[in-house]
Formats: sequence, structure tokens, C-alpha cells
Amino acid sequence: MDLFEYQGKQYFARYDIAVSAGGVALTVDEAVKQAELAQYPVVIKAQVQVGGRGKAGGIKLANNADEVRTHASNILGMDIKGHVVKRIWVEHASGIAEEYYASFTLDRSAKRHLLMLSAQGGVEIEQVAVTDPTAIVKLYVNPIEGLSLETAQRAVVDARISQKAIDGVAAMLVKLYECFTKGDCDLAEINPLILKPNGEVHALDAKVTLDDNAAFRHPEWDEYRATEELDEREKLAREKNLQYIGLDGTVGIIANGAGLAMSTLDVVNQVGGRAANFLDIGGGANAELMTAALEVINSDTKVKSIFINIFGGITRGDEVAKGIVEAMKRVKLRAPIVIRLDGTNAIEGRAIIANAGIDESRLMSRSTMLDAARVAVDLAGKN
Amino acid sequence: MAIFVNENTKVLVQGLTGGQGRFHGLRNRDYGTQVVAGVTPGKAGQDVEGIPIYDSVDAAVAATQATASFIAVPPKAAPAAILEAARAGIGLIVCITEGVPAQDEARVFATLQRDFPKARLLGPNCPGIISPGKCNIGITAGEIAALPTKTGPNVGIVSRSGTLTYQALYELKQLNIGVSTCVGIGGDPVPGTSFVDCLAEFQSDPETHAIIMIGEIGGTAEEEAAEFITNHVTKPMSAYIAGVTAPAGKKMGHAGAIVSGGKGTAQGKMDALRNAGVMIGLNPTEACELMSQIVLAL
Repeated sequence: MDLFEYQGKQYFARYDIAVSAGGVALTVDEAVKQAELAQYPVVIKAQVQVGGRGKAGGIKLANNADEVRTHASNILGMDIKGHVVKRIWVEHASGIAEEYYASFTLDRSAKRHLLMLSAQGGVEIEQVAVTDPTAIVKLYVNPIEGLSLETAQRAVVDARISQKAIDGVAAMLVKLYECFTKGDCDLAEINPLILKPNGEVHALDAKVTLDDNAAFRHPEWDEYRATEELDEREKLAREKNLQYIGLDGTVGIIANGAGLAMSTLDVVNQVGGRAANFLDIGGGANAELMTAALEVINSDTKVKSIFINIFGGITRGDEVAKGIVEAMKRVKLRAPIVIRLDGTNAIEGRAIIANAGIDESRLMSRSTMLDAARVAVDLAGKN
Repeated sequence: MAIFVNENTKVLVQGLTGGQGRFHGLRNRDYGTQVVAGVTPGKAGQDVEGIPIYDSVDAAVAATQATASFIAVPPKAAPAAILEAARAGIGLIVCITEGVPAQDEARVFATLQRDFPKARLLGPNCPGIISPGKCNIGITAGEIAALPTKTGPNVGIVSRSGTLTYQALYELKQLNIGVSTCVGIGGDPVPGTSFVDCLAEFQSDPETHAIIMIGEIGGTAEEEAAEFITNHVTKPMSAYIAGVTAPAGKKMGHAGAIVSGGKGTAQGKMDALRNAGVMIGLNPTEACELMSQIVLAL
């Protein structure tokens, strides 16, 4: 889950990382209130999960309530690369002496944590990586050893960060590492990490991606869930606990396992169709989950046919079949279903479908993935 | 021969008394796997259809000389279960648990590397391993796997995706091609065993004559495999990479499956493998048909 900047800053603050005083606002009046709390001058920042806010006019300085009103009303509702601004963050403006970059991620290839640190902050790090790769210090951290202050200090020196900022940045890195590991982040990035004229080191921006698998030990993440920007189909799927991604084709897809679901998209594409979604019902799917999946697909009016591709392992074919029959009793499906069922309890599953008394034009079985894809694409074209 | 497991492998199931553990543990036994024990703290002395339950992996190993563990416990408990098995001297740990936090996986991997370098972990979030006719640990339906023949040629399978592993096994069976071993390494960001580990084993396994690899978008595991193949694998290979049509920036279910910053695309992976001499299918069926051509030419 990607956090908005203000959420990232609130998350950083939990780990004692210095951020500016500020508050989030949904309206112009709230923005004025937050500005007064944060004290002028303030910066008004559009909260969208896309880069290039500044260039789009989504970040403005305000010295008084009138300026806050002007900027807040301009920024709220602004469209930044397809993201409509619903929230703004109002924070006390910071003096900036220098700008750095710092981030922690998991390097999957090295199977270790990776610190990236640069004295060149405030710009896109991808760009620095291309134009001046030596300006980025990469440090691998063993997850069971952690990051010591001494190691952090060496990295700061290697990055050629100003002498006067070494201790402050190193201390900040240790805190950011703590946030990254204990806070179960996939990414914890500060860009820019600033040195203020008074010598303090401070996170001026926050980019945080949380690992959804760790949600069970972070009840505090619930409030972030509430602000996630999902389309209606994705919201419904989330409620039903399904792995769903909306796409814009006409063949609704339900598969078990991420790999098979991706492969189903690929095969539909190869035979000339386009998938309406990615939907993985996961391992161990039961009748209830299958019903939920069909409800989600049915809510998408673009769907003209539904391709259910199941290869049972942990998922049992009889459960899947029961779910489909059940769903067809409960929900009036707009599109016909083509199913391909193999693996664990597939024979039982096929028997349940064959004996359910459902018309062949609404629910048809095919024995291979390619055949089923062809029929589904054909139906999507006809309807 | 086979890799990682054989007919002598003795398996204990951590979580045998739970729903998934019981269902798949018993199916593994029905397949002919030596499932000798179950481990559930507090349930020592009970049994699951004749399989004795112990309080700890240590106790189960002492009583049964189990050599492999099948872990089917919830995500919260999986990291501790893996380390308990390693501490008890288990050589092969197969963890099917889906949803283990990445930070836990990274710590478990580093701990195994430092303290238990001989323990091999498959997964988490993997379907397991099957050596047809010898041993099946995990959630694969054994009947979809073709038995290897004495004279060959037999194919080894290694895959990042569970269901695509079954798909490959099933397709090869339709084509009458024997399978030496099929390994599901799992789709998580920090799998205990990599493509490269499996390719190295298949390369030195005399019963394996050709190899199918099934990858997916995200990360660099396929690119690393391509480099290894170029330098170390002489057996012929075919491959399929899932996610050609996956949009960038969207996590495709697996924690690891995401195209980000232009990296980890299916195209990049297919190109790397093709350059390493691997025949690329555009869907699982095609990859298996290519394997059929490879096998006929052997």
C-alpha cells in the first residue's frame, strides 16, 4: 500500500524522524485553520501519489490566510497526471541550506536491505543514477545485523555530505532504518532530506510503501486503508478480500494463483481479446469466495464474457464448482461463463457443473486453457 | 535420482492438525510419500489418521528420523516454524504459507544462511516439490505428474508460480513426457531457493535431460538464471514468463510480481533467456510443446 506524503510523514514521526509541523485539509477553510496551527509562512502541498507535483503547480508557499485561500482553492480539485487532488497538506515552511536523498528498500537479488544515499537530493534519483551514478552511495545491510550508527556515519562520509550534517544525517538514517524494518515498509524514502540553516536535519518529503502482508501486526494502518484511491470494482473486491486489479477489456477473468491469472491475461490477449481485470482468488478458495469473485466481475458493465481458469492444488475443484452454481442462483450474471477446471478434485467439480441444470449457453466447460480463451474471446465479441 | 527429495525422504508436517496441513499432508501420504510425523505444540500423543503428533520438531525428529519438513501454518507462525525445523537439523524445509511479511522472510533467509547453511528452504508461498513416483511434499495434486522413465528423456521443472507449475506438469503428462523433479520456488520477494539453485541441481542430476523454467514479471531472478544458464547449463531448456500483458506499477497478486521503473518486464526476461539459448513459449502450452520438440531430438 502506497501512503500519501502526509501519511508518510505521520508514519515517520512515529519513529522520531523530524518532520515539519502541519496538518491535512480537505477544504479551503480547513487549510487556513491548519496554516494558523503550523504558523506562517506555510507550504501547501497537493496530496497525490504521482511525481511532478511541483511542476504542475501543486506546491505553493503562502505567507498569510489570503494566500492560503487562493492556493488551496486552486490546488484542491486540480488534476495532476490523471490524479485529482482531494487533500492538501499544510506545513510550516522550512529554510533549506542543503538537500540530500535517502531511501531503504529490500534488494531482492542480494536478499539484503539496501540503503541509497546521495548528497544530490530534491531531484529525481533515477535521473541522478543515469547522469552521475557515483553520486549515489549504495550500502547493503544484513537484516539480522541491522544498521549501526558507525556504519551509517561511514555511508554519509562516502556520500560526500557536508561535514556539519554528518551526525544529523547518520542519526536520521538509523531512525529511517528502524521505520523501514519495524514499520514493515517495502520502501521508505526521503527526498529531499534537508539540512536547515540552523544545522537541523529534517525530512521534507516522505514516500512510504507498506507491505500488505504485515498488516496483521499494524492496526495503525487501518486509517491509511480508508484513504486508498481505488475504483468501485477494486473497493468491492477489497471488501471481499480478493486480489483484483481493474483493466479495460471485455473478458472478465477469474483464476487461482497469481501466475495462472497473469497467464490467463496473456492467453486472452494472444487469441485477440482483452481482459477486463486481473482477479486471483488465491489458494484454498471456497464456494463463498467464488461467489464474491463473480459478484465483483458482474459489477463491471464492460464485461461481455467471463473466463474462469482454475487449476486446483490447494484450491479444490468441487468447491469452485459449488461456488459458481451457488453464485448463479444468487446473482443474475450478465455475461456467460466459460470454465476450464483441472487439478485437485476437478472430476468432482466438472460433475457438479454438468449436473447443476444450468443452460450450456450460460455456463460452458472447455478442457484446455487456450480453447477456453478462444471461446471466451469469441463470446465477448458477439455479445 | 531426483533433486532435493527421493523415495527415502521422511517427511514431518508442521501444522498437520490444521485444515490445510491435514488435507495436503494426508494426500502426500496417499501419494506414497513417507509422512512420518506431525508437529503441533500441545497436541503430543494425538494422531492424524495414524500419523503421530509431537510437540516440537526436535521430538518428532528424535522419534522418526524425519529429514524433511512440510510447513502449513499461518503467516504469523511461519518464520518461527522454519527456524525451528532448521534448528532440529531438517535438511529440506518446504513452506507453503502465503502472506509472510517480506521483512520476516529477509530475516529468516539471513539467519538460515548464517546459522544453518545446510538447510534448504523452499518458499514461503510455494506449492512444494514432487519427484513423481517417489515423493510429493506440498500441495501439488500428484496424479497430474508423469512418472520419469528409466531411460529418459525426463524433464525437470522449476517455477515461481504455483498454478503454472501444475499447468506445466499437466501439459507434459498429455505429451507423455516423464518428469524427474518439479520444484515450485514460490513468488515471494525473498524465496529460500532460487532458480539458479535448482538449475545447478538439475544440471548435475543424471535423471534430468532437459529443463522447463516458468518465471513471471518482477525482480531479476530470471535474468540471473539466464546468466547462470549461459555459463553452466548444457541441458536444453524451454521457458515461459507470465505477465506479458501486465500493466506497470500494479502488483499482480504475488508480492514479487510487479513491473516498476521499467524493470522486471516479461519482455526483458524473455530476451535474456533467449540470449542464453532457452526456447521461449508465449504461453505455458507452447513452452511444453517446445519441450516436446526438444525431447524428441534428444
